[in-house]
Amino acid sequence: MKKIDRSSKVRTGFHQAKWDEPVIFELTQPGERGILVNKADAKVAASVQGTKVLPEFLRRKVAPVLPEISQPRVLRHYARLAQETLGADVNIEIGQGTCTIKYSPKVNDQLANLPQLREMHPLQDESTCQGIMEIMYKTNQYMCEISGMDRFSFQPSGGSQGILAMASLVYSHFKARGEERQRNEIITTIYSHPSDAAAPHVKGFKIIYLQPDKDGYPDYEAFKAAVGEHTAAFFVANPEDTGVYNKNVLKFTKLVHEKGGLCAYDQANANGLLGVTRARDAGFDMCFFNLHKTFSTPHGCGGPACGAIGCAQFLEKFLPAPLLQFDGKKYYYDFQTTNNTSAIGKIREFNGVAPVILKAYAWIRSLGPNGLYQVAKTAVLNNNYMFKKLMELHCVDAPYIPGKQRIEQCRYTLETLYRETGVGTADIQRRMMDFGMHYWTSHHPYYVPEPMTLEPTETPSKEDIDEYIETLKYVFDEAYQNPKLFKDAPYRSVCHQLDESNMDDPEQWAVTWRCYLKKFH
Amino acid sequence: MSVKGFKSHPYIPNSVPEVEQEMLREIGLHSIEELHEEVPDEIVLKENMNLPEAFGSEYELRRHVESLLKKDESCADNLNFLGAGCYQHYVPAICDEINGKGEFLTAYGGESYNDFGRFQALFEFESMVAELVDMEVVNVPTMDYAQAAASAIRMGCRVANRTAVLVPEAMDREKLAVIRNYCTPDLLIVEVAADAGTGCMDLADLKVKLNENVGVVYFENPAYLGMFEMNAREIADAAHQAGAQCVVGVDPISLGVIAAPRAYGADIVCGDVQPLGIHMNYGGGQCGFMATMDDPKYVLEFPSRLFGICRTKEPGEYAFADVAYDRTSFGHLRDKAKEYVGTQTALWGITAGVYLATMGPKGMQEVGETIMQNAQYAAERLAALKNVSLRFDAPVFEEFVLDFNKAGKTVTEINQALLERHIFGGKDLSRDFADLGQCAMYCVTEVHTKEDIDTLVSALNEIL
Repeated sequence: MKKIDRSSKVRTGFHQAKWDEPVIFELTQPGERGILVNKADAKVAASVQGTKVLPEFLRRKVAPVLPEISQPRVLRHYARLAQETLGADVNIEIGQGTCTIKYSPKVNDQLANLPQLREMHPLQDESTCQGIMEIMYKTNQYMCEISGMDRFSFQPSGGSQGILAMASLVYSHFKARGEERQRNEIITTIYSHPSDAAAPHVKGFKIIYLQPDKDGYPDYEAFKAAVGEHTAAFFVANPEDTGVYNKNVLKFTKLVHEKGGLCAYDQANANGLLGVTRARDAGFDMCFFNLHKTFSTPHGCGGPACGAIGCAQFLEKFLPAPLLQFDGKKYYYDFQTTNNTSAIGKIREFNGVAPVILKAYAWIRSLGPNGLYQVAKTAVLNNNYMFKKLMELHCVDAPYIPGKQRIEQCRYTLETLYRETGVGTADIQRRMMDFGMHYWTSHHPYYVPEPMTLEPTETPSKEDIDEYIETLKYVFDEAYQNPKLFKDAPYRSVCHQLDESNMDDPEQWAVTWRCYLKKFH
Repeated sequence: MSVKGFKSHPYIPNSVPEVEQEMLREIGLHSIEELHEEVPDEIVLKENMNLPEAFGSEYELRRHVESLLKKDESCADNLNFLGAGCYQHYVPAICDEINGKGEFLTAYGGESYNDFGRFQALFEFESMVAELVDMEVVNVPTMDYAQAAASAIRMGCRVANRTAVLVPEAMDREKLAVIRNYCTPDLLIVEVAADAGTGCMDLADLKVKLNENVGVVYFENPAYLGMFEMNAREIADAAHQAGAQCVVGVDPISLGVIAAPRAYGADIVCGDVQPLGIHMNYGGGQCGFMATMDDPKYVLEFPSRLFGICRTKEPGEYAFADVAYDRTSFGHLRDKAKEYVGTQTALWGITAGVYLATMGPKGMQEVGETIMQNAQYAAERLAALKNVSLRFDAPVFEEFVLDFNKAGKTVTEINQALLERHIFGGKDLSRDFADLGQCAMYCVTEVHTKEDIDTLVSALNEIL
């Protein structure tokens, strides 16, 4: 046997698992069963009427057309679908910028699966829940220390619901003053997450967008003109998705306060700031953290998650009920805020996604203050290392603050590549999958032309980052040498290039298998 | 200044000092302190955060968290009769197996090329829930029942182009609080009285409150307090006659035996799939859905992602992608989109799909029958106890309200005495529904054996 050739880091031999697995309804074999269901005791069944108590109109006449499949075949089906999914466990997660996909420690998953959490009902007597309540209470304290806020609620179950909760806090604050009609504007920026505009709009706010100035900061002159007696709040991320930290942030928050508004911090991009700087110190009245991003809990294909919302003390009375308290001996739920007619009331049923909170707790305890600081420093180091290497490439550029540091991610532009080869960011995205790599462009609309948003976090090793860079270079070289190659990419994924022309057409879209059968069979 | 940083941490490969130095050198720096030069000094934290030091090993962390959780008493070691929106059902092992698959657990927002399996599994979730509720379009799941109801109400009001909403007075107060917050300030939420005898919606009060401003009439089947809404058809008819949309919430595990709401007039159906193969997780297992027919009038009002079947450039091949993506706030529209979308509860949705595929039509029918038989047996035996009665007389699915007003003890006292016998008694309704006095809502499902129910009956007999 010859010496194994490791001269290239690029995985040219990669192919994603491809099973040609049918849609689950196609696996039906009438009569097959996936599980036997326990029946009522014979004496119980004999003594009651069961479904016979139902009035005619409430009886199901035709059984739901669910698949009939044996258990091993159900398992194999989903095991194959899992293999056709590129989770963070199996790839170098750099390409889903803004999503902070880092290592989710397995020990935390195992702890969250213990029956003392999994088999807990949320309305159990408080005396039987002291363990999980302690974990939630202490996680709240840790979040306060990390952000400088005074109190957190874990009810919001995703970042966008966290933004909704912040908008609701703003509404409550002005409602309590009888000013909710007057204070009806929220200012945000085009580089903040779309939910920073969309969620406050659900709460009835008019949204005002700021454009960036030449440094990529929110334009201060435009901001000055926008802030006034109608301003309810300023919703912003810092750094924004460009990775540019707004140095003048205190000037912004100060002006909003002078004009009677509030400042809300979208901390989806907090990973590069842990132990370095805090929301409250930058003048914010409230913030949220994505526990499924910054605090390592797995993303679960898009939740379950937690957008923990924190606020300064003067807003505590409006937080969703109940608040978790400790009297020195025991943890208990405090429903005081339900008596406040201006308060939010509830954002979610019960008290948030407990397993996610537990995993975040365990992660913080596995790192401590020095470890969290190291997370931020390494995430920023990794990003600036990658930034330097990529900016050396002729076809890559990044708008704003040339020569200066970014925080934890960067939105690059491939405008040059596109101009010179006709290969754009969407083409690169598809082609990167041929090497087993995620790659993300940007939220819509694209304010940076041909955007490429990369976030290495603290998780990848230098080797991993170098592999990602080498793969990008390889693909860029392909673009110059053989741009036609990109027309039909990807070639080594589960499926070929999508033809999405039917997805906006009511005659052709099919959101379910029964719609598909109706339209195409 | 204390030592900052944690070298060679197992979760941070580049915290190895030599590697760190090499990378710093590459970018022209000497120490990690020189990073973050863009953060103004006046807001840089000078000291370490006041947090507990890291555990010295994974083993110590595990022991610590286990010791905290040992303070909890779970429903695995006690006999639980709590429901009220979060339900103890049997979770087939295969659900946990798939739910724990690392590829699903750690995927997020990839494209169809990266996450084909995620797209297909969620398309199948939508498809199987559609069969269960007899609708044609179901969303990639949202947070919980409350959020699903709140969005369904907003959707219905947009379809009707009206701004008032009628909801049952006897609904979950937590859910109502979520709906009120989500619909304020632009929608007006009005409660419709309940019939004192049945607990169902009072039709006379409904008719008084229905007018040309009402965009949605919302009710649930089974209702929050456990009983079936016996006037479901009349409510839906009255709503339609007034030009309003009819939104119905369901417990999906009932639908193997109970008619899907479309049969009696629902325009939009919503609910929570936590009962379908998802552990209670202290309330963290909730996972909401909405469903409509395949009419663009409804489909284009969903705020959620809708994964649909999609062609590829290869003839005969199919994949999955977003249907009508620009509706969502992920598209170009931002604040002009339908409400907002973001990270919700996808993995629970995949898990519920595994449950439905495993149960099949027969399993869903059987579980519904078992639940109803067990619940009826429990209700009848408990109501036969001295000074205890059933508060409402309409038939129930798995929950029923026991009236202890004549028992001479409060529900708090009764539940405390039950707890001493390792039984979690029903939800005390005295805070949410003061008019009911000392009533408690008990939940009995397929996990309860005859012996479990008899244990509860004899415990209550002793206590009272």
